[in-house]
Amino acid sequence: MIDKKEVVLEVKNLSIDIPVSQGVLHAVENINLHVGRGEILCVVGESGCGKSLTSLAIMGLLPKNAQRTAERLELNKKDLQELTERQLADIRGNRMAMIFQEPMTSLNPSFTIENQLLEPLLRHKELSKADARNQVIEMLELVGIKPAEPRLRQYPHQLSGGLRQRVMIAMSLLCNPDLIIADEPTTALDVTIQAQILELMMSLQEKFNTGILFITHDMGVVANIADRVAVMYAGQIVEEGPVSEIFNNPAHPYTRGLMGCIPVPGKVGQDNHLGTIPGMVPSVVNDFKSCRFGGRWDENYKENFKPCRLTEMPNSRRSYEVNLNEKHLVHFCCDECLHLSEHSLLEGSG
Amino acid sequence: MTITPSLTRSQQTAEEILEPTPMTKLRRRIFKNHSFLIGALILLVIIAIAVLAPFIAPHDPYDQDLARRLMNPFWHDKKTDALYALGTDKVGRDYLSRLIYGAQISLLIGFLTVLISGIIGTALGVIAGYFGGRVDMVVNFIINTRLAMPVFLVAMAAVVAFGASIHVVIMVLGLFLWDRFAVVMRSITMQARDLDYVTAARAIGCSTPYIIIREIFPNVLSSLTVVATVEMANAILLEAALSFLGFGVQAPTPSWGLMLNEGREYMFFSPWLLALPGTGLFLLVLSINLFGDGLRDVTLERER
Amino acid sequence: MVAYTLKRVVVAFLILLVVSGLTFSLSHLSADPALTIAGEQASDEDIEAVRKLYGFDRPVVEQYVNWLSRALQGDFGKSYHYKAPVVEMISGRIGTTMTLGFLAIAFALVVSIPLGTLAAMRPNSLIDRFALLLAVFGQALPTFWFALMMIIVFGVWFRWLPISGNTSWAHFVMPTIALGYYATPALMRLTRAGMIEVLSSDYIRTAKAKGLLPISVLFKHALRNAIIPVVALAAVWFGFMLGGSIVIETIFNLKGIGWLSYDALLRSDLPVVQAIVLIFASFYVILTLLADLLNAYLDPRISVR
Repeated sequence: MIDKKEVVLEVKNLSIDIPVSQGVLHAVENINLHVGRGEILCVVGESGCGKSLTSLAIMGLLPKNAQRTAERLELNKKDLQELTERQLADIRGNRMAMIFQEPMTSLNPSFTIENQLLEPLLRHKELSKADARNQVIEMLELVGIKPAEPRLRQYPHQLSGGLRQRVMIAMSLLCNPDLIIADEPTTALDVTIQAQILELMMSLQEKFNTGILFITHDMGVVANIADRVAVMYAGQIVEEGPVSEIFNNPAHPYTRGLMGCIPVPGKVGQDNHLGTIPGMVPSVVNDFKSCRFGGRWDENYKENFKPCRLTEMPNSRRSYEVNLNEKHLVHFCCDECLHLSEHSLLEGSG
Repeated sequence: MTITPSLTRSQQTAEEILEPTPMTKLRRRIFKNHSFLIGALILLVIIAIAVLAPFIAPHDPYDQDLARRLMNPFWHDKKTDALYALGTDKVGRDYLSRLIYGAQISLLIGFLTVLISGIIGTALGVIAGYFGGRVDMVVNFIINTRLAMPVFLVAMAAVVAFGASIHVVIMVLGLFLWDRFAVVMRSITMQARDLDYVTAARAIGCSTPYIIIREIFPNVLSSLTVVATVEMANAILLEAALSFLGFGVQAPTPSWGLMLNEGREYMFFSPWLLALPGTGLFLLVLSINLFGDGLRDVTLERER
Repeated sequence: MVAYTLKRVVVAFLILLVVSGLTFSLSHLSADPALTIAGEQASDEDIEAVRKLYGFDRPVVEQYVNWLSRALQGDFGKSYHYKAPVVEMISGRIGTTMTLGFLAIAFALVVSIPLGTLAAMRPNSLIDRFALLLAVFGQALPTFWFALMMIIVFGVWFRWLPISGNTSWAHFVMPTIALGYYATPALMRLTRAGMIEVLSSDYIRTAKAKGLLPISVLFKHALRNAIIPVVALAAVWFGFMLGGSIVIETIFNLKGIGWLSYDALLRSDLPVVQAIVLIFASFYVILTLLADLLNAYLDPRISVR
């Protein structure tokens, strides 16, 4: 199931637990991910499903109270869990970099663009300041900030959101990392700027052959840029596969629900409504014993899928992984969900 | 197609997770807030001592007798007297009784000062916050002018001008310590002014004083109390310092600051004359601060 | 920026005008200054003559305008008691008070910034609790009593430090601590709160994601932003400290202008008191102004407004 390409990032059985006032929140539970060189993996899901935490866990930047456990967390076949804090810092910004959601607050207001862009180069590469400066200018022009020179002296507040995100992208690419984690990098931007930034990221990714873990809640973005997709729900990955498979043969009811939420011109639902998924992602606290989809599939859900009505689980619970084909994986949180999806599964594999 | 069971966590019957009611939450926070509890406890004890002073003080705090001057407190070996557990001062007054009555003076000055300054500051702050514009500019100027005045020096000058007495000290401090009230009330009123229910009250034609008293004031009450504790501690410390320099409460009133002044000439041989009133001041101010800090934590969390 | 500065300067000047007017009228409400000048044995005619000579028989407003116009030219009159020009008396002593003030604020910053930073790095840890406890105790400790206790312990029992005068640096140790510690709780709390907020901000996460070392994250990216309000508060506290110097200088017999104002008040020496009030007020006003301008300089976003 792993791509023939060189694997840059491999995550196996990653879980993140956060103590909260009512007990322990299992924010992420036993997820598996891998990103190949030059590949874009989109992790898609609703707010609160644990996708941002996953990205922070890979970077080793989780909040102090969050507990990370993983069977494997490998960057270039090297397990990040075995590294000391110092060794991890040597890799961050160097072999793996991150682009954040909020370009407005992600740059330090007190320092110039030049100062902040020089930092990763001076930290990770043995370069003179002049050489580093030239590289920074080159990179800024590459991300479409032309002329770059006058921007260097500016402070973040003097730049627009789109420009700042370009600066962040430039910053992440400076050391030519193997992996870039982009956590909703376009969410805070205007639609036109969004398209530009996405295009930019794709062209640069091709140029540098970087692996990208792209986190988003926007299926439109996924359709545009993804090589592969992992659909995340309530701390678990429910379905994973190549983008064409996911869009043409969604096997998991949740994925189908998400597809129903994409507006397609001229093609609206039967009752002229855009699809919605009722309810909210449940908080998976302590020993969560309900089905994770309990209550979310109601009568109005018009696809050929019957809702999982089971909200009380038997004491021993099993979950299932279904391999539709070599690359297409579906995960069911309980027997009932599996049985209820049998119809669509057979359709998909047939 | 392969179907394989994968990992799950061991399952136990989980308890129902119930969200506690706001009152229970508040009570829990109060009992979890140690600084609030300790502060309130010490403060209550000191208030009780001050109120019950006539009943618990072993002697008249003004009763002088040079024959028994500078008796040592009980932990000394020589020159002690079981009747005067904490010794006597330079004119033979019972130190314990004077300490007990000293609590009265400090609390009295604290309360009355805060009453005066609270009224002035709240009025200015609420007016500035509610009306905004020019009114706000004028009040801001008054606040800044007040902040620019060196309180201690001007208070001393005022005491010189009007004569040193407890009334003058209270008046002067009351006229000076309103700045924090005004600043806090101004910003809270500004926020409250734009709340929907205040706008609604204005829309149905309620008068401005009615809106300020009925709609805005209840909102600012908890912040007001917190500021009051800060200023009360401040007033008590300032009075003590003024009395210590001889510009405050005058002899023979048993003010802790004045007792420190009177004990100063004996500091090398009878340091307890300084240690005891200072400890009283420290405990009182500490308890007020703890109480205020705790109150802020408890009420702020509630407002979140 | 220029307009902003100009407006602030005008307001500052107006504030000083009001403060001086208030002090002037306050001091002239007090006992007849002519009595002070003429001395206790003076006859009624002598007192009347003094009153005429100094202009005390004229309306207070007129006296104030006269005093102000001379003060603007740097002439604060003569001391009633010492008969010396006030300016000379103050300029001879202000150095001591400034030294004390700077040492005290430096002491406060040196204690509060590292402690606040350490506390912020690990909220609720042992060091955080210790810092908060220190702040709570420090705030409740009366300055003058703390000074007296230090004199008893370090001056009398251990005989480590001189207890009176200002002839050597050792003389400044206890006054500095006594005056400076009182500002530490406020500065420490502000450092801690600022650091906690800044450390949880997005740009700190970015700095960590760049692989910067913790030292660089903490001291370059975090402290720079958290320290801005601390600097502003320290400037304001410096102004307060000049006021606090009255008690401290009196206790340690450090003959700066704090001690001078105490001495002048005891003798109803009004010209001296008025001048010192105006100096303290000017310091406060100028320092607040400078703090705001420094903020604008350190935080590039402010100047945009």
